[in-house]
Formats: sequence, C-alpha cells, structure tokens
Amino acid sequence: MVQLIQTFISGLSLGSIYALIALGYTMVYGIAKMLNFAHGDIIMIGAYAGIIAVGQAGLPPVLAIIASVLVCTLLGILIERFAYKPLRQASPLSVLITAIGVSYFLQNVALLVFGSQQKAYPTLLTLPAIHLGRVTVDGMSLLTLALTAVIMICLHLFISKTKLGKAMRAVSEDKGAAEIMGISSNRTITLTFAIGSALAAFASIFYGMTYVYIKPTTGSMPGIKAFTAAVFGGIGSIPGAMLGGIMLGIIEQFSKTYISTLWADAIVFGVLVIVLVLKPTGLLGKEITEKV
Amino acid sequence: MTPQLIPVPSRGLFTERDAGKKPVLECVNLGINFGGLAAVEDFNIMLGPTEISGLIGPNGAGKTTIFNLLTKVYQPTHGTILLDGIDTYAMNTAQVNRAGIARTFQNIRLFSNMTVEQNITAAMSVDIKYGLIGSMTHMGRYKAEEKSARERAMKLLSIFNMEGYAKSKAGSLPYGAQRRLEILRALATDPKVLLLDEPAAGMNPHETAELMENILKIRDEFQIAVLLIEHDMSLVMNICEGIAVLNFGKLIAKGSPEEIQANPDVIEAYLGKKKEA
Amino acid sequence: MKKKHVSKNVLTLCAVAVLYAVIAYMLYSGGLKRQVTNMLIPTSVYIVLAVSLNLVVGLLGELSLGHAGFMSVGLFSGCLVSIALVDVLPTPLRIVISMIVGGLFAAVAGLIVGLPALRLKGDYLAIVTLACGEIIKNVITNLDITGGPIGLNTKPIYTGAKGLLPYAIALVFVTVIVMMNLKKSKIGREIMAIRDNRIAAESIGINITYCKLAVFIIAAFFAGAAGCIYGHAFANVKAASFDYNMSIEILVLVVLGGMGSVSGSIIAAIVLSVLPEALRGFSDYRMLAYAIVLILVMLMSNNPRIKALREKLKLRRSGRKEGAA
Repeated sequence: MVQLIQTFISGLSLGSIYALIALGYTMVYGIAKMLNFAHGDIIMIGAYAGIIAVGQAGLPPVLAIIASVLVCTLLGILIERFAYKPLRQASPLSVLITAIGVSYFLQNVALLVFGSQQKAYPTLLTLPAIHLGRVTVDGMSLLTLALTAVIMICLHLFISKTKLGKAMRAVSEDKGAAEIMGISSNRTITLTFAIGSALAAFASIFYGMTYVYIKPTTGSMPGIKAFTAAVFGGIGSIPGAMLGGIMLGIIEQFSKTYISTLWADAIVFGVLVIVLVLKPTGLLGKEITEKV
Repeated sequence: MTPQLIPVPSRGLFTERDAGKKPVLECVNLGINFGGLAAVEDFNIMLGPTEISGLIGPNGAGKTTIFNLLTKVYQPTHGTILLDGIDTYAMNTAQVNRAGIARTFQNIRLFSNMTVEQNITAAMSVDIKYGLIGSMTHMGRYKAEEKSARERAMKLLSIFNMEGYAKSKAGSLPYGAQRRLEILRALATDPKVLLLDEPAAGMNPHETAELMENILKIRDEFQIAVLLIEHDMSLVMNICEGIAVLNFGKLIAKGSPEEIQANPDVIEAYLGKKKEA
Repeated sequence: MKKKHVSKNVLTLCAVAVLYAVIAYMLYSGGLKRQVTNMLIPTSVYIVLAVSLNLVVGLLGELSLGHAGFMSVGLFSGCLVSIALVDVLPTPLRIVISMIVGGLFAAVAGLIVGLPALRLKGDYLAIVTLACGEIIKNVITNLDITGGPIGLNTKPIYTGAKGLLPYAIALVFVTVIVMMNLKKSKIGREIMAIRDNRIAAESIGINITYCKLAVFIIAAFFAGAAGCIYGHAFANVKAASFDYNMSIEILVLVVLGGMGSVSGSIIAAIVLSVLPEALRGFSDYRMLAYAIVLILVMLMSNNPRIKALREKLKLRRSGRKEGAA
C-alpha cells in the first residue's frame, strides 16, 4: 500500500514533467499547426543553461532559474523566426523535417560545447523527504507536482481569460478569420513558441533536479514521450496534453515498479497503441468529421 | 416531350419505357437520426432501370444526406435500401459501389495528384484482371489488361471530348472539366445507378445545355438510371422524368415536372407561404 | 515513326546498374579504399529502406515513424536463421533463405502495425508507428534468444562487403523494380487514390483495408530483408541501434528525395550516406554540418523564389522539346 502511494506520487511527478513538455508541443501544434520536433532539445539546452548559471557564473538559484527561462524562451523565438517562419506555407512534412534538422543541430552544438560526458545539474534546493503517515515521499516530487499544477492553472487562466489567450485560441481555430479580426497571427505564433519554450525551461529545471545527469541527448527521449503524451491526450488540446502527460508518467512509473524496468517502455507504448486504437483521436481529442 | 408516368402503387413513378421492369433502386422508409434530430425521415422512392430523376429542395433539406445514405457514407437508422432487389444493409461504401451505385460529390473530390487517365482507370479496378502479384511484377495479364483499361478510359473521355487531357494532372484542369471528370470516373465503375450531386454547379447556360445532352447520351448509351440533385431548375425540368421534392428531411411531393411545378407545397417550400391578401 | 522517349524508370535502373558495375569492378580488383568498402553495404541497405518507406509515406501518404523496427525484426530473425544454418547450407543459399525469412517475419510485423493504421489518421498514426517501433526495440532487447542487451553475436555469419555485395545489389534491384512497377499498376493507383482522397477512393469501390495492409506488409518485407543483409555485415548487432532515430533518418531520405520518387530516394540515400563520410575531415563538426545542410536544403527548396525559378526551368525544358518535335 505504501509502495502504491509512493509509486503513484513519483508517477505524478514524472507525469508533470511530461505534461509541461507536452503542453509546449500541443500549443505549438494547435496554433502554428506544426510539430516542433526540436522541443525536447530545448529542454536539454535549458538544463545546460542552469548548469552554467550555477556552475560557471555562480548565480544564486533564483537567478539561475530566470536565466534558464530566458535562454529557452529566446531560443524558441529564434528557432521560430529563422527555421519555421519561412516555411509557413510549406507542407507539414517539410516543416517536420526542418524541425528534425534543428533538433540535430541543437544536439550537436551541445555536444561540441559541453562534450559527451554527462554533467550534473546543480542542486538548487535541498528538500527533506516528507513523511505522510507511513509513506515517505521525496520532497522534490511533491514540489514538482505542486509547481506544475500552479503553472497549468496559470496557463489555463491565461488562455481563457486574457486577450492574448483569446487571440491564441482564435488563431488555432481559424487563422484567416483571426487575421481579419485584427489579430496578428505572426505575433501570436511567436508568443506561442515563447510560452511553450518557457514551459520547457521549467520542465528542464524539474528534470534536472530529479534526474540530475544531463547529456546532449537527454532531451530526446522525454521529448518523444511527451510528444506521444500530447497525441495520446488529443493533439491540440491543452487539457489533453496535461492528462496525457500525467497518465503516461503514472503508467511508466507503475510499470517500472511493479513489472520491470526493462519492459517499462514497451508497456507504456503498448498502452498508448491500445488506447489510440480504441479512441482514434486521443483521449480528449476532437473528432474532426469530414464533410461529404 | 411529356413522358407518360405510370403511378406504381405506393412508391414509384415509372416511365413507360421501364414499364413491367423491376426497379433498380428502392428506398423504403429510409431515414437517419443525428443525435435525436431526424435529418431524413420516411424517404420512399423507386427508380426504374433507365430513368432520369431529380431530387430537389431548399438548401439543408437533406438531399446530399440521402446520397450519403445510398452510398453508405452514413448508415441509415431506419428503413431499407434495395439495389436490384438486394438489401444493402450490410454493405460498406466500397461494396455498395461494386454492387452498382456510383456518385459524384458536391465539392469536387478528384485525385488531384494523379492524371486524368489514372483517375478513371483507378475506378476500373474491379474489371482489371490482375492482382497484387501482377502489380508488383508486371507479368502475366498486366500488359493486356492495362492496354484495355487505357482504351476504355479514352472511350469514356471521348464522351466529353476530353481525350486531350488524358495525361494532365487532374488538379490542373479547369473547373468545368473537373466536374465532368468526376462523372466519367463514376461511370468507369460500371454502375447501375448514377448519383450526380449538383452536376451543373458553377456552369454557365451553354455548359449546362451541353451537360443536359451528355446526361441523356450517357443514359441512352449505358442504359443506366440517373438520380440527380440540382438547384438549376431549367436543367431539372428539362431532363428529369420524375422529380422528388425534399424539405426538412421529408418528402413533400413526387411527380412529373408539370405536377411538381404546379404543386402548392413545393411552391411554399421554395418561396415561403404566400402572404394573405 | 513515333519518337520514343526513354522512360525515366529505365534510365534510373541503368544508372544504378552502371554505378554498381563500376563499384563491383573496383571492389573485386582491389582498387577500393577501406573507407569506401565499409560504406557499400550500409548504403545499399539505406537505399532499400528509403525506397520501401517511400511506399508508405510517398505513395500511400501516411507518416510512418517505425520503419527501423521492421528492419530490426528482419535483421534478428534472418540472422538467427542464418546462424542456425551456418554449417548446414552452402553460403549463397543460406543468405538468400535468411533474407527471405527475415523479410517474412518483418512482413508479419508490418501486418500487425498496419492494423491500427486502418483506424488512425495523420499524426495519430505516426505516433502509433513510432510506438510500435519502440515496442519492437524493447522486446528484442529483452529476449535471450537475440542476445539480450549486449546484442546478437553475428561473428559466425559475418561476411565482408565482397561477399555481401551481390545480395545487396540483387535486393536493391528487386525493391526498386517492385516499387516502380507498383506505381504504374492497378494497386498503385488505388493506393495513390487513397492518398489523394480517401472518401472518393471508397466511392469507386477501392478496398481501403486491403490496400493499406498490402502497403505496410510489402514495405516491411523489404526493410526486413535489408536488415538481414545489414546484420551479416557486422560482428555484433544490438536492437537499441534501430530506434526512432534511425526511422527518422530514413524518413529524412524519403522527404529529401521527393515523396513518391524512387530515383529521388536512391539519390538521397547515396548522398546522405556519403556526405557524413566525406565530411570526415572535419570530424567533430561533421554532424553539425549535416544538420545545417539539412535545414538549409529544406529552407531553400521551399523558398517561393526558388520554386518559381524551378517552374520556369521546367517550362523552358518542355517548350524546347515541343520545338524540336
């Protein structure tokens, strides 16, 4: 029973990280209609930014966090401006390939600058393990959970209540109509990338503090899993990304604990396939009925 | 020329030409509900094997929905569709086509990246007698079957004098030619019933007149039944032998063009209730 | 006398034949550098992988991100059979049989992966293919029979480039010819019709299930056979190498070469296999350069000004042909 709760909580924590990453994917997909394959690698860069901020520049934790967020946001905006914007009219597949190119680019730059040896992410905070009854929960997991929930609530409020959020929703529904209404789709898309990348920065902070070791290829697998989670939840749906990310984390953690670490990946992906076959547009995805 | 219509009890209006023959298409109380809303209700019709009939009604009346029901894009929630006496209940769209119903679409659905010729030969697969192995190896009957398919395609293209377009990409054709290609593609499946969804949409009077001639020519040459949805009344009244009028998913009138034109319910549906003096 | 245009397909086949003839001559006469020799089999394998993936992505129009999984299935099943038959059959027969067996096992995997494809579209299908590729990788890594995490010891069947080249050439030719034939066949037209307009394809009697499954099975078969050859070229193979990264590499080849273009896939496979090696001088910056080149190529080929230029060149060329005729 104790193990059940602990597994559940670490699953939620892992899931929150996936959810943060998945949100970035889904927002960009919903609004810019593209799959930013390089998203996972932005997280890796964010993690390295944190390492440098504390390790080299000796910044205190708060500034390190801000540095991470700034670096990621700037990176996201630059990538959008130079690699994706020129391809707005191109086929989705061309954009995907370009995104793959950007992903390789980021990984190799990191490889050249930081080397292939793994580096340790600084401990920005030391949290005590928390005892709830007989259950011992890692403090970091709880913090990740709590902060991610806060971020998601803020995001939800932003999207639903603010003017900019409404602009984003409008552009995702119908870019042409939004433009006629005076909404600059260019600026909205840039804003979307900025927010998505900022979320990636937070994901990198939580990831770094939970899993510690960072390599140039670190962003790749979580990126793929988060992408999977976004589609699982229904690509383009923000609540879907949150739900998909969390469920994926829980399934992965339970598989690792109760079945075997070796088979965890196969099980996670297996569950995904089964759910999609049963619900072809993802858990919360919209059924787009084609008009005949 | 006023065709003599023989009122067949309960469902049909047959021309003399088809007298004594069995209907090629029958709908018995056909209907579909979408989430509680009846989009089509109690649709009853009979088509003779070489009859040209029209389905008219205001926008949103359910005409294309009926086409979608006939071709099983939607599965009916009520009623039966009989094609040459056979119930199509268990068939899917592809099977219904192989059984003998072909259609065109309101919004053109061509294979735009394929050539005009390929659009037509793609529809002939049932009649092309080689399979997957032949497709991969080009051995056996491949050469002969491909040659005869190409010849059949050219023959179809000659109906509309479109042989010159054979090797052009379907997406590059002018609008009118694209609509005509859709009709030819449907014909290529060797149907018993041809469903045309607004074939004259976007056409000028000259093109419409040509279309009328061509539909008659197709019916006479291929000896098939044609059911068309149209808003162009000159086309409908000129060419259709029987007309069914739909409003809010229900059949409000059935008869010859003259009867329909004089029918007060039809006039009301299109023009609204006449103001009391 | 009708003017006969040499078909593009015949041209492509001749070009490939000449290329391989030259390579084979140089290889067997000892004139080929070690570096180039080591590239021969992997490049040929990539040609087969790209051409077979093009069937799914280019002809059927579906994004498949798990192609490396099919290669993997074919590799391990084929090599296991080959190892088992090492002292039983003469080498040529053994290799051919293991290629076919590998292809068949991969074809079964293709069928299984193709089944969800019937219900799923677009990005959702892409994710499922990616997931299946990862599942395959995970399963093979955990099985004892395939050597577990340390991989399969293929030393007993290890064959150098000189020994494998004939089989590689044969497989390349068969794959290319089958793909070219399919494009000009009844099934090919049905597949392209599904790609262009699924609803219209159904309305003309095309059996979508049959076509989609056929595509996945055929593409997987060739990937599997290629995988089997690949396995014979190394002393040890791990399933972990055949993951989504490799699937994506193959996808890049298909997109760069042009969707549906067999000759394009061949050229892309050759160029992108040679390029990293050619840039070896820059060793550390090699992969970075590759990434930059990829981005630049995508940006340039989608640049409206360059597209307009291409259209002008195309029109000028066809205009000249008409003038001459």
